[in-house]
Amino acid sequence: METLVQEVMTKKKEAHVSQKLNVTGAEALILSLLAEGVDSIFGYPGGAIMPVYDALYDYQEQLKHYLVRHEQGAIHAAQGYARVQGRAGVALATSGPGATNLITGIADAMIDSTPVVCITGQVFRHLLGSDAFQEVDVISVSLPITKWNFQVTKAEEIPAAIAKAFYIAQSGRPGPVLIDITKNAQNERFDFEYQKCTKIRSYFPRRKVDANAIDAAVELINSAKKPFMLVGQGVTLSKAEEELKAFAEKSGIPVASTLLGLSAFSTKHPLYVGYLGMHGNYGPNIKTNECDVLIAVGMRFDDRVTGDLKSYAKQAKVIHVEIDPAEIDKNVKTTVAVVADAKEALVALTEKIEKKSYPEWLQEFADADRLEYEKVISKDFAPNTEKIKMAEVIKMLSDKTQGTSIIVTDVGQHQMTTTRYYQFTEKDSNITSGGAGTMGFCLPAAIGAKVGRPDRQVVAIIGDGGFQMTMQELGVIMQYGIAVKVIILNNNFLGMVRQWQQMFFDNRYSSVDMHNPDFIKLAEAFGIKAQKVEKREDLGSALDTMLDSPEAYFLEICVEKETNVFPMVPAGAGVGGIRLE
Amino acid sequence: MENKRFTISVFTENTIGLLHRVTTVFTRRKINIESLTVSETETQGVSRFTIVVNGAEDKVLQVSKQIEKQVEVLKCFFYEDEQVVYQELALYKMPTKAFARSEAVEDIIRESNARVLAIEPEFIVIEKTGREHETQALFEKLKPFGILSFVRSGRVAIAKPMKRLQTHLEELESISLFE
Repeated sequence: METLVQEVMTKKKEAHVSQKLNVTGAEALILSLLAEGVDSIFGYPGGAIMPVYDALYDYQEQLKHYLVRHEQGAIHAAQGYARVQGRAGVALATSGPGATNLITGIADAMIDSTPVVCITGQVFRHLLGSDAFQEVDVISVSLPITKWNFQVTKAEEIPAAIAKAFYIAQSGRPGPVLIDITKNAQNERFDFEYQKCTKIRSYFPRRKVDANAIDAAVELINSAKKPFMLVGQGVTLSKAEEELKAFAEKSGIPVASTLLGLSAFSTKHPLYVGYLGMHGNYGPNIKTNECDVLIAVGMRFDDRVTGDLKSYAKQAKVIHVEIDPAEIDKNVKTTVAVVADAKEALVALTEKIEKKSYPEWLQEFADADRLEYEKVISKDFAPNTEKIKMAEVIKMLSDKTQGTSIIVTDVGQHQMTTTRYYQFTEKDSNITSGGAGTMGFCLPAAIGAKVGRPDRQVVAIIGDGGFQMTMQELGVIMQYGIAVKVIILNNNFLGMVRQWQQMFFDNRYSSVDMHNPDFIKLAEAFGIKAQKVEKREDLGSALDTMLDSPEAYFLEICVEKETNVFPMVPAGAGVGGIRLE
Repeated sequence: MENKRFTISVFTENTIGLLHRVTTVFTRRKINIESLTVSETETQGVSRFTIVVNGAEDKVLQVSKQIEKQVEVLKCFFYEDEQVVYQELALYKMPTKAFARSEAVEDIIRESNARVLAIEPEFIVIEKTGREHETQALFEKLKPFGILSFVRSGRVAIAKPMKRLQTHLEELESISLFE
């Protein structure tokens, strides 16, 4: 009996309550995703998820499925999609190895607070615990790296489970959730009705802004002589870029960014003083230990930002604006904690602070910048080596795109060089694996980003090592014509590990030398236009060709083998111990 | 910060897998759980975990925040021993012939406020409730007579502060936003 309001499903705005009688659990899952406004999913079929794939067949118009080449590609693509869209990405996989192949990406999404809904097939309910074919206890396996997970064993549970999954993934501090659905639940029929989840009695995702905390913070800010602000991804997640700008401009406080905070504040803004952390800028690192009030917004004082905590900002009073109460005092003791969404907190603060400016304090940052420019940047940009340097590529790319592209990076030297030298001017433009440092993240994440924002230029910048971890996803670019621009910065080395071996392991280059395939032939085998750049004079035109290409384009750029990324706060040192050479 | 004994009370939805979620917060931080007891509370569908750990207060505070962060955890509290009324239960399986041979065992049971739960031809089961040092003291006294088996429960504890869970939750709700 196929009846009723199916039309409602296609109209997203009216989809708060949708119904359909006598559907399978598999179809109910699809209807639930549509009710959540999902238009794209990334996945890979297999035995225990086949009923869902069968149901997808009837909804190809409304729900576009991208067949990845490995489930890790699905989860990273969902992450890339989520990061540019500001809402949950969806990954679909079968039971057993399909599900476990998602694990790296789930862990990555957990630590980088990315909303992702993972749906995995599971063996029939009556086979649970029997070591059935492709049975893995994915609920237990994913438990410590999901914000929430749930096993569905009856079809009727599907709508509520999916509604909760989206609500939990996207609210408060976002994160990955996983719904494991047994095959019998996909096959059973029931009368489907969907209601969005808006509240769970045990879950308090967001606090109202506490006026007392705001007053205490305002008092510190107004009386500060050398205030300094650190912004993290919390600003992006709460879509608070404008509010951050308003706060910065009224307060006059210099702004530095964490790795994941990049692109929340224009690098061209006069109050922007740089990028924090191990390979961040010199000024923001040393000034952390000279400021009197440190205002941290939507960041978690990761060890790559703080270095040794015992010598981190000990002189400063710390204001921590953070949505997750468990982050307060976790690493750095706060003077004033504002447990709230970044946007709401910034609005409340901006209203009450005095308009100020700190020209002398900003000059100190400018002086530090000049020193860094002399010692590091000018050398990184100087065309004085036989081969091209990574920094030259990023500088040129940044200039050519005027900092407006979505830049997706992997992990390692190319990532640090890109995030140091790409001058982001637009929000939602920086996608990288921060907390987890997942090599292989970039290519599939860039695919997801392009699917999420087809209107924007998406450039994937990858090292030769990380590319080979998920290069099979070139097949997705080929199959769906996804116009991602791929730059491989090839130094035939695992560059960052090699840098550490040079600096801390007495030049003993252990297993970092890479014998690479012919990347151009490889790209061409996937039908992707490709070009290899070896000479400096060819770089500009190659980048132009890549950027102008209406379809995917692959650029292999052969770069200097042994350059090091500086500045560097050596592991275990304090931010004051940052080295320029 | 010095290590102290803390009793952590966690109020949760009664869902499968939550025990695992709560314990991973400890295992991940290499904190040993001394004892753990789970039961339903006065509110239907709400479970209470009573967890005893040894640790520094700042660490226990962090752990308690991480537990409370779990979606299906309603609220997590932690207490020092003075802030809770707590009790444990121990069972001692003794050979029946130990009683036949001597009145000493009977005296020990009386003095210790223990009681006999079951009498079988081969063994007798004695129960003692109390704090750990009390059940341990009885263990030491019975030991010479041959303990066949001994088991002690985890701690159960009731907090002294009068504020009820419901009040805490209402307060949390009043300062929260849900969408």
